[in-house]
Amino acid sequence: MTTPSPATRSPSTSDVLIPARQVAAQQLWPIPGGVHPPANKQQALGESICTPPLPELLVVPLQQHIGNPATPVVEVGDVVAKGQLIAAPDGALSVGVHAPASGTITALGDYPVPHPSGLSGPCIVLSPDGDERWTERRPIANYAHATPAELLAVIRGAGIAGLGGAGFPSAVKLGSQLPIDTLIINAAECEPYITADDILMRERAADIVLGIQILAHILGQPAQVVIGIEDDKPEAYEILVAACADTTIRLVAFPAKYPSGGEKQLIQLLTGREVPSDQIPAEIGVLCHNVATIYSVARAVVHGEPQISRITTVTGEGCTQPRNYEVLIGTPIRHLLALSGFTASSSERVIMGGPMMGFVLSSLDAPVIKTTNCLLAPSVAEMPPLPPAQACIRCGLCAEACPASLLPQQLLWYSQAGNHARLQAHNLFDCIECGACSYVCPSHIPLVQYYRASKGEIRAKEKERIAADLARQRFAQHQQRMARLQEQREIKRAARRSELAGAIDSHTTTATVSGQPAEDLIQAAARRAAQKQASPAQQLAALERRLVAAQHLRDTAHEKWLAGTVDHLPTAQLDGLRAALEEAELRLQGAHNKLEALRSGQKERPRSHSDNSPDNDGQESP
Amino acid sequence: MSLIASSGSRPSTLTTSPHDHNGRNTAWIMQQVLLSMLPGIVALTGFFGWGTLLNLIIACATAVACEAAMVALRKRSVSFYLRDCSALVTALLIAVTLPPLAPWWLTVIATGVAIIIAKHLYGGLGYNPFNPAMVGYVVVLISFPVPVTAWPAPQPLLASGQELLGLWESLYHVFPFLAGAEGHIDAMTAATPLDVFKHNHSLMVDQFYEVTPVFTHGYWAGAGWEWVNLGFLAGGLYLLYRKVFTWHGPVAMLAALAVLAIVFYDGGSSVSKGPLSLHLLSGGTMLGAFFIVTDPVTSAVSNRGRLIYGALIGVLIFVIRSWGNYPDAVAFAVLLMNFAAPFIDYYTLPRTYGHDKPTRATRPQERE
Repeated sequence: MTTPSPATRSPSTSDVLIPARQVAAQQLWPIPGGVHPPANKQQALGESICTPPLPELLVVPLQQHIGNPATPVVEVGDVVAKGQLIAAPDGALSVGVHAPASGTITALGDYPVPHPSGLSGPCIVLSPDGDERWTERRPIANYAHATPAELLAVIRGAGIAGLGGAGFPSAVKLGSQLPIDTLIINAAECEPYITADDILMRERAADIVLGIQILAHILGQPAQVVIGIEDDKPEAYEILVAACADTTIRLVAFPAKYPSGGEKQLIQLLTGREVPSDQIPAEIGVLCHNVATIYSVARAVVHGEPQISRITTVTGEGCTQPRNYEVLIGTPIRHLLALSGFTASSSERVIMGGPMMGFVLSSLDAPVIKTTNCLLAPSVAEMPPLPPAQACIRCGLCAEACPASLLPQQLLWYSQAGNHARLQAHNLFDCIECGACSYVCPSHIPLVQYYRASKGEIRAKEKERIAADLARQRFAQHQQRMARLQEQREIKRAARRSELAGAIDSHTTTATVSGQPAEDLIQAAARRAAQKQASPAQQLAALERRLVAAQHLRDTAHEKWLAGTVDHLPTAQLDGLRAALEEAELRLQGAHNKLEALRSGQKERPRSHSDNSPDNDGQESP
Repeated sequence: MSLIASSGSRPSTLTTSPHDHNGRNTAWIMQQVLLSMLPGIVALTGFFGWGTLLNLIIACATAVACEAAMVALRKRSVSFYLRDCSALVTALLIAVTLPPLAPWWLTVIATGVAIIIAKHLYGGLGYNPFNPAMVGYVVVLISFPVPVTAWPAPQPLLASGQELLGLWESLYHVFPFLAGAEGHIDAMTAATPLDVFKHNHSLMVDQFYEVTPVFTHGYWAGAGWEWVNLGFLAGGLYLLYRKVFTWHGPVAMLAALAVLAIVFYDGGSSVSKGPLSLHLLSGGTMLGAFFIVTDPVTSAVSNRGRLIYGALIGVLIFVIRSWGNYPDAVAFAVLLMNFAAPFIDYYTLPRTYGHDKPTRATRPQERE
């Protein structure tokens, strides 16, 4: 939830705006901070959505979302149909991946994926056969007759993850079970250059409205359903007004300002509510979905189509023909750029996402994924590399721009000093990394990068700390257990001592009474005891076996318990494992003690024997 | 990385978001500040003669030389650091703070102390806890009180037939060695309005205003001085308009000063601490409010912090002016509050999105 969701932005000089009258008519709760970078949206809006030709290969990453990567359910050589599940979700926080086209699976392995790290990731490579043979689709004719659970299953089955940029599994977000009174549709698209949502609204408004109604149905018809849109998209606004005419959906236009399309900011702007730190919007009764995600939901429910394509803006001065494509997931970015007239010499870098929050692609062989809303190839003149950073003069322009009301200059100071306590006191983790601070920094300091690095450090430290705490806890418990055992032993020993004393007393009494000499009785007892210990070597071996067995038992129990803690098993199950471990430890300790006792006994006995027990001569073999 | 090489594609450098920038840089901000000091400098020159411009040239030359030397000593790129123009801002501030026609060595010492000691010994731009110009000024004020307090008489105060010193006379005055022993000319000096007012112990404010030349030749706060202050006010408003700083510091300072001036005006009695106009438009009030209080490096950082910081400077200025030994107090007040700025910062964090109330910077680290 730390990334502003989707979207895009922009005011600007040439743009036609939604009439101020309409904007002013809505009640808004203005958000603090924000910046007004040039929108640059017109470039890619010249033409309608275009479907690119099939590429030779489609490379479909298993992880295109937040959560566990999907697990492949196909083998190399399998022939798959368009829309067929090729990788199943792994666990609840995961989404499946579907074949974007019919064809043959040619490889499973690591390939470049679009990720800020530039690392490769597991992918399924599909060679399309061009037949466009669909798998069996199961559309739901009338969503109103389906239960929310059924619809959620469809959304989950369609592999839909937030298309605005974060890629959070939509079914998880929708199925939170928390009462939702406000459904917000994020159509702000506040980030410059990106027009994927804009053009989608212009061309597919009917499906979007249908998708909104499906979501409202799933959520039990929330009290208000609001579409939030920036006032620099008058065409989309007009079309949506018409499309929403017979519905209860409210359309709210607001002045363009980056990052009003951030999830938290949009919620504040439209409802006046703030998502409490460390919580999700659902906890204040709000759910926010990107308009492109809504469209995918509609396609999944009404047409039975899984998430195998999306609208992607290809723009920037590095492209001679900027435009929006409806592109299959897995299409190599190189393929798409070539269609837009991009040549290697025309731009220094290609950014996935917008100029404010996107990241530079380390390989153009990486494919388009579910969260690829934009491919931006700026020319050097358009986005010149930043000059070297100067010292922070604490001018405070960053604090003026921060939509979360943080003090970026102080965060920078503490980030450089590695002062994690102060960073957290300054609410570093409420930073949404929108980049507004860096955008205005007159010293060209890569502020966001400092915050990302510090967040990473703090998270790593936190993990270490938890591990250390666990170890400390374990040690303390061990100490307690040992103390308890010792105590029990003392009690037993005391009991035995008093018992023995009692026995001797009674024997003496009996002896006196029966007239038998007491000494005989004692000798007999000693003889019996000695017989029991007749073969100390055997006894030693037996005890040693017992020790090894106990040790093994303990180790197994310990391993199971550790694995349990790592997997975050439920507490009851963990408690069971811990009990087993403690029991095994007790047994091990017992075996160990007995063995020690026997060993020390063997060492002592010969001495005692030679010293003062001539009677036992025949019975003890040293 | 081999993948990148093999695919023959992007990028030589991995930059991180955001990839765009609004194009403003530190040098632009400093240049705006320099530009906005023009009206004040024009007023100073108009009323007090060439001296301010000579101060300015000496201070700028010293500042650039010291800055270059220090940066070179610290083994940094001289051209890169000089480009930020911050040394020139310090130089200008010193040039307008020192009296026109101050001997050249006074300006050199003040500027040298500011750049070398107050700025670079603390780590250079952005790391100095005290306002360099104010440190430089206070050092010479305490060390050489006579030349630092010797302000020439403003033009309206000159007797008929007298004129401000010409350029050459001014030069000789600032660089006495140029003129030789016999060519030395003394400029006519006059006490500043704040100084004059401080020494009134018997007259009502109205009467005092009527009999004191520096007030009879002015409209609100003393001949010349009021225009100098209005000049700096105009420059400050321009900077506010260009969003170089926020209104919080200056407004808080002026408001605090104004409130105290009104409270202690005492109906204009002989123990009055002076009318509002005198406090707002005399001495270094406007220069301090818009060019010193707003120095981002040495002030508090949050808007709330800047309100407190500014207000306390206003209070200190009034207290020192009224009950202290110095007629004006901007420099002392600012330096004292520079001490307090980090402390103010700890307690004035803004309320972050998603939090019920502001946190404190000294909050102990939360443990789960």
